[in-house]
Amino acid sequence: MSSDVILRKSGGNTGTPPVDDGRQPLWRSLARWEAGLVLVLIGVLIFGATESATFTDPSTVFYLGINTGYIAIMALPMTLIVMTGEIDLSVASMLGLSGATVGYLWHHGWGIWPAFLVALAVGFVGGALNGLLVARFGLPSIAVTIGTLTLFRGLAEVLLGSLTIPTIGDRLFPNWFADVGANSIPGTQLSWSMLFFIVLAVVFGVVLHVTPLGRSMIAIGLQPEAAQFAGIRVNRIKFWLFVLSGVMSAFAGILLTIQNQSVSYTAGTGLELNVVAIVLFGGVSIFGGRGTILGVVLSVAIVGSLQMALTQMNVSADKQNIVTGVLLLISVIVPNAGAALRRIQERTQRRTKPSTKPSTKLQSQRSIPKEGQPS
Amino acid sequence: MTGIPKARRVATAALAAVLAGGVLAACSSTSTKSSSNSTAPAGSGSASSSGGAIKKGLKVYFIPKDTQNPYEVLADKGGQKALQELGGTVTVSSGTADTAAAQLPSIQAAIQAKADAIVIAANDPSALCPSLNKASQAGIKIVAFDSDITCGTSPNHLFINQADTKTIGTSEVDLLAKQLNSTGDIAILSAAASATNQNAWIKYMKEQLVKYPKMKLVSTVYGNDDPATSLTVLQGLLSGYPNLKGIISPTTVGISTAAQYLSTHKDVAAKVTLTGLGLPSQMKKYIKDGTVKSFELWNPSNLGYLAGYAAASLASGTAMQAGATFTSGSLNKSYTMAAGPGELSVVLGPPTVFDKTNIDQFNF
Repeated sequence: MSSDVILRKSGGNTGTPPVDDGRQPLWRSLARWEAGLVLVLIGVLIFGATESATFTDPSTVFYLGINTGYIAIMALPMTLIVMTGEIDLSVASMLGLSGATVGYLWHHGWGIWPAFLVALAVGFVGGALNGLLVARFGLPSIAVTIGTLTLFRGLAEVLLGSLTIPTIGDRLFPNWFADVGANSIPGTQLSWSMLFFIVLAVVFGVVLHVTPLGRSMIAIGLQPEAAQFAGIRVNRIKFWLFVLSGVMSAFAGILLTIQNQSVSYTAGTGLELNVVAIVLFGGVSIFGGRGTILGVVLSVAIVGSLQMALTQMNVSADKQNIVTGVLLLISVIVPNAGAALRRIQERTQRRTKPSTKPSTKLQSQRSIPKEGQPS
Repeated sequence: MTGIPKARRVATAALAAVLAGGVLAACSSTSTKSSSNSTAPAGSGSASSSGGAIKKGLKVYFIPKDTQNPYEVLADKGGQKALQELGGTVTVSSGTADTAAAQLPSIQAAIQAKADAIVIAANDPSALCPSLNKASQAGIKIVAFDSDITCGTSPNHLFINQADTKTIGTSEVDLLAKQLNSTGDIAILSAAASATNQNAWIKYMKEQLVKYPKMKLVSTVYGNDDPATSLTVLQGLLSGYPNLKGIISPTTVGISTAAQYLSTHKDVAAKVTLTGLGLPSQMKKYIKDGTVKSFELWNPSNLGYLAGYAAASLASGTAMQAGATFTSGSLNKSYTMAAGPGELSVVLGPPTVFDKTNIDQFNF
């Protein structure tokens, strides 16, 4: 088994004959990606400032925060989950279920803080369910979380039905909802949700890029088996990441409830795709192991600014969707284009020089894991 | 194993922190300018003149449920026509999905563009209230159509009702009664069992049926606004009640599905009379071939047109209060705002009845 892993590892970066240790290309490609995002962001800002009459209005920053903050918060745990080679598609449904929980309890006379606590607990339990099925039973996360996507939204509908809370006869939500949800932090143009995101982004950035725990996550994404043999508790980390995702999504649901000063079971429908799009556009590899929180922060800024500018210019929503779709495609194609080119190069090289020493060795190495692919 | 130099990790984390700090700094530095904006006086309609002259160059944002819905597109065009007549402009802005989140950016854009009025068909009765309230505080007049908001007094707004709920229910029964000589078993082919508007109409239909003792409602079935489901429940209805004389379908999907079935089953069509709420474009051929004699609907274009006039009047100083009046251009009518059960509203008028004589004039 262990020799198998070693072979697979060395098989990973076979392409370039002058064998390097795998550091250089990774470092360079990442550096290029984030530098590229900075350029794109500058481009979007210039575009917005010149094309839209109101983009430079300070309130743009506030509205961007209102529209994007709660989505961006869900993108942080999603980044870590994607880093470990998994995905959580149930985030937006958990946001809806959390809001529905708050609404249901409020409707039944609970105080707002106990209702928030229960909603966070619901996020914990829902995330633990995902984590259990993925980490404990080894089920594919994409299938599990598509299941819980439907399940959580269904539960939200059971709780609220067609009601919008507060409904007729209910107490209104507390007055401070307006201060936190509809107004910016006094003296700034920052929405509270955006402040939460920035603080959390710093925490997540430190955890992912500075601590051993973060290194473990990267290792899991690069080589799950190798990570296991290196003593990393792969399943435990994955489990807690899903729990974290559930709790953070529940938190986002609470934030959205505060912003809207109301809640219905449909809150946040379909947002999981926006979250995944932000993470992938931020340069996080869908195959795991590669990506930075900085990239995700830049991605949030780009996607948010672009949406603000296009809406201000009254570009129709379907055209905006096209722009987002193209961005997402670029983010998947560009990082993989280099690898694909190298593979093609390698194949033609093998064909033209079949007897050269390194390539025959490579072929024999590759055929081994193909038979008994450890998964 | 991880193969990433430590230097890079530290650099990235540092960059993230610097960037976050930069955003914060940028925000606080621009704050002074904006706070003066947010304390703009609330435009609560202190001018009490009503029916005054309409200002020129008004900017009105139409925010439909989404930008593709054909019904809403017609309404938006009506609004554009109104503002064109009044020397103003309409900006149509919304999302592609029917969600509140998709409408929020459009409301924000209207605030930033310092629009004079917002005309909105709300995807959520409450979730848009905080944003609309902000718009109202910035002096923008709020008008709702098609689907109302329930925001209480924050913000105050005017709802343009397409047709009075009671009138829709009672007039459909009257329409069928006229064709059946007020006699026979009838049934209702509705949309979803939970649809608020459908159930409200059906309630008034039942009340109106008391006036026709020889007409008997034998069943109400639900086709979920899906042609296949509508057809299945229709066939069940026809086989279960062989003496059925009339069907009311207060939904465009139900009535067009039923009309299509009847037009290919002439024996059934000879016995059963169909009416309800339908789109003239869909129903034209069934009116022409005699399958359906008459049906009704309000004119979505007129609805948007009236909303446009209402918005322009409010933005020109007409008070937002019960009893205030405004004119309506080619609709040739003066409308008076009435305090409804909750909020201010005006009713477009009774639904239009479509039959052989007028169907060719309508193309929506």
